[in-house]
Amino acid sequence: MENRRDFLKKAFLSTGSLILGFGINESFAGVSTLKNIEEASLFNAYLTINSTGKIKLFSPNPEIGQGIKTAFAVIIAEELDVDISEVEVVQAHFDPTRFDRQETGGSGAIRHSWERLRKAGASARYALVQAAAQKWGVSADTLKTDNGKVIGQNGKVAIYQELVAEASKIQIPEKITLKSTESFKQIGKNIKGIDNQEVITGRAIYGIDYFEEGMVYAQMIRPPFGKKLDRFDASEAKKIEGISDVLAVGDKVAIVGNSTWQVMKARKLIDVIWKSDKPIEDDNFHNKIFDDTMNNGKFDIKRSNGNIEMAFKEASQIVEATYQGPFLPHNSMEPMNFFADARNLNSVRLVGPMQNPVRTRPLISKLLGTPAENISIQLTKMGGAFGRRIAPDFSLEAAELSKVIQKPVKLYWTREDDMTGGYYRPAVRYKFKAAIDKNKNITAYSLKGIGMSWNNVVRENNFPVGAIENILIENFEYKSDITTGYWRAPITNFLAFAEQAFLDEVATKIGKDPIQLRLDLLKIVKEKGIKNLTYDPQRFEEVIKKVAERANWGKKPKGVFQGFSVYFSHNSYVAQIAEVVLEKSKPALKKVYAVVDCGIVVNMSGAKNQVYGSIVDGLGHALFGKLSFEDGLPQENNFNSFRLIRFNEVPEIDVHFIENGISPTGLGEPALPPVGGALANAFAKATKKRLYIQPFADQNEHIKDIL
Amino acid sequence: MPKYTLNVNGQQKTVEVSEDTPLLWVLRDTLKMTGTKYGCGMAQCGACTVHLDGQAIRSCVMPISAVENAKITTIEGLSADGSHPVQRAWNEIDVPQCGYCQAGQIMTASALLKENPNPNDEQISIAMSGNICRCGTYHRINEAIKLAVQYSKK
Repeated sequence: MENRRDFLKKAFLSTGSLILGFGINESFAGVSTLKNIEEASLFNAYLTINSTGKIKLFSPNPEIGQGIKTAFAVIIAEELDVDISEVEVVQAHFDPTRFDRQETGGSGAIRHSWERLRKAGASARYALVQAAAQKWGVSADTLKTDNGKVIGQNGKVAIYQELVAEASKIQIPEKITLKSTESFKQIGKNIKGIDNQEVITGRAIYGIDYFEEGMVYAQMIRPPFGKKLDRFDASEAKKIEGISDVLAVGDKVAIVGNSTWQVMKARKLIDVIWKSDKPIEDDNFHNKIFDDTMNNGKFDIKRSNGNIEMAFKEASQIVEATYQGPFLPHNSMEPMNFFADARNLNSVRLVGPMQNPVRTRPLISKLLGTPAENISIQLTKMGGAFGRRIAPDFSLEAAELSKVIQKPVKLYWTREDDMTGGYYRPAVRYKFKAAIDKNKNITAYSLKGIGMSWNNVVRENNFPVGAIENILIENFEYKSDITTGYWRAPITNFLAFAEQAFLDEVATKIGKDPIQLRLDLLKIVKEKGIKNLTYDPQRFEEVIKKVAERANWGKKPKGVFQGFSVYFSHNSYVAQIAEVVLEKSKPALKKVYAVVDCGIVVNMSGAKNQVYGSIVDGLGHALFGKLSFEDGLPQENNFNSFRLIRFNEVPEIDVHFIENGISPTGLGEPALPPVGGALANAFAKATKKRLYIQPFADQNEHIKDIL
Repeated sequence: MPKYTLNVNGQQKTVEVSEDTPLLWVLRDTLKMTGTKYGCGMAQCGACTVHLDGQAIRSCVMPISAVENAKITTIEGLSADGSHPVQRAWNEIDVPQCGYCQAGQIMTASALLKENPNPNDEQISIAMSGNICRCGTYHRINEAIKLAVQYSKK
């Protein structure tokens, strides 16, 4: 980890480096060769090639396992015409004066950076070619590049490092020719993770591994949801050797000591009494809220088209179904943690794993009462996040504690802290209703969504909007004491299941093939030519047709039951088919087919890994994931009571990507939403039983062992 | 606090910690060997897996007093340079996503192959089901173990 200034200094000190400053987001368009460090401040990402040939990309986006570092390096390597092994990617410190989108979330990094990175790589290549042309006294048109070399006619060859000094003086024109997508040699190939060696040798430093001399270790006991700290007795805890402090910080109790284990031991000896002045939430409380609201709640209308009342009145058939999903913890394998040194408010330092420094730093500034410029944040490698590290709570805790105890502190969450600490995927209930006319067409579609502590749990512009004449989509937020946050594919991670299971049920009830039903709906969208839809019906149709073809939809031997699902999210399209067979009359999930349209695949290996992982993630949580609340506290608090999917439970997965040459879109999330629906629909076909509530394993004894 | 002398990755290390301190925290906090990870603290996830006399154990529940005189191997000592067949296979198959659990996965897999150089699918499944990967890289872990078997034969 090095900061920008050090990095640049080094780059400039090594004589005759080629340094390109460029913008990695919308607000900067230019690419320029740089002469001095002052110029560098105008740009937000950097590419350097020094005289040893080493290429470094200084990148602002945090890595959480989505493969951004590797993908960025491939794009640069491709346009620059070097092997990816020559490119090193350096994670930037948080610097809001330079980086607009320094965060991870919404599967947006590649979408935002694709053109910029290509332009930067191509600009560097341009400068090197011009330098060779000058050196040899020939026209640049006669030169080409290959694998780190400029090649001229009559056997003239120069490796890039011989040219960097001259190249650094070349002016980069505004218009730079990028490679044609057909000529890509590395983009789209299987590229190994750029951090693999660090990971497999145990040298990779995650936030939880960060250490500096003089720091103390701390943990916190947090109140159950809805409760406050009354008092605590730490007299026994303080007797543990190495414990320096037990103190209240707001409604939390902090334990500070010389090592993790001493702190863990001490906290068990603390007797904490909580108090509350209102009803405390539990599962029954939540179910009652859902029931009462669905019957009598005043919903916000998010979309209303046509005349829904009339359509239902004239319907020859009405299909209705209600779905419910629980709160879910993120359970990244690396629990929340952060280092903070806030002894001196003129120079506060934070180090750790964080998805969203942009929104967090102002909060730390406010909490500590010091200007944001006085706070530096160093971003570390993250042991997963799934959205959890977008919430700012753990870094705020570390900063406040360090200020109070006047020590540099490493705040650790145990697994139990992590699972009971909130910012969950919100619990939701949905009610769908469809009106069918005598010709078996869907004439009206209504959706009511209730979310716990989430402002909008419906997607009012998504499919099947555009395909149905009369639509009513409504939302209700209940403000629960339980804190919620972004969870991989926020909202759609459950909504997609509900929607896709409902459409499957509609198809069954009107006697139509479920794939044909989707294709018919998309045909209406295309024919009507409706503008301003979030999705492209053509791309939707392509993934559907392709997955049907790969999975032999409708042509399977007797005893194989297929369930279909398709979802558009994060600008990508994913269709899936789950295959269930009956083994001794018990259903078993054997295979999941996935067809993905995320535009150009940057790194095939990384992309497949994301799709495999998303399907595994989606299956596991749909089947087993839940938090049950008693007296404001989740009853599941570690991996003995919260079941995560394991090695022996994963089905075979077949992944295919649509090749269409369109600029790449997100892939960290989009393959997750469809999988719950595919599984439930296959299960329904095999057993004639529909699943409406997650986790499925609690709903039906036959699905418990489906994996 | 009592002193313990440990044999970690072939080196003698003396540490002064309470006798109930789990090996995990001795490695991480005292010896600053952070390749071994904390995941659950109750032997449920396998992130903390190390070898104790060649056997895969969960270091988060193994008190220091029980491991004196034993040979401990951590991810840092599996090979000097990532050249162990399991590590090579992990890179070749491109297993990691976030990577956090992978040291534990690699230590479990390498102990399995030491004990059983040619495991069948069921034996692999039994050995690996104690290690959670939240990113869901299980398919590739399976592939990588099979490749490591091939590497070991050569």
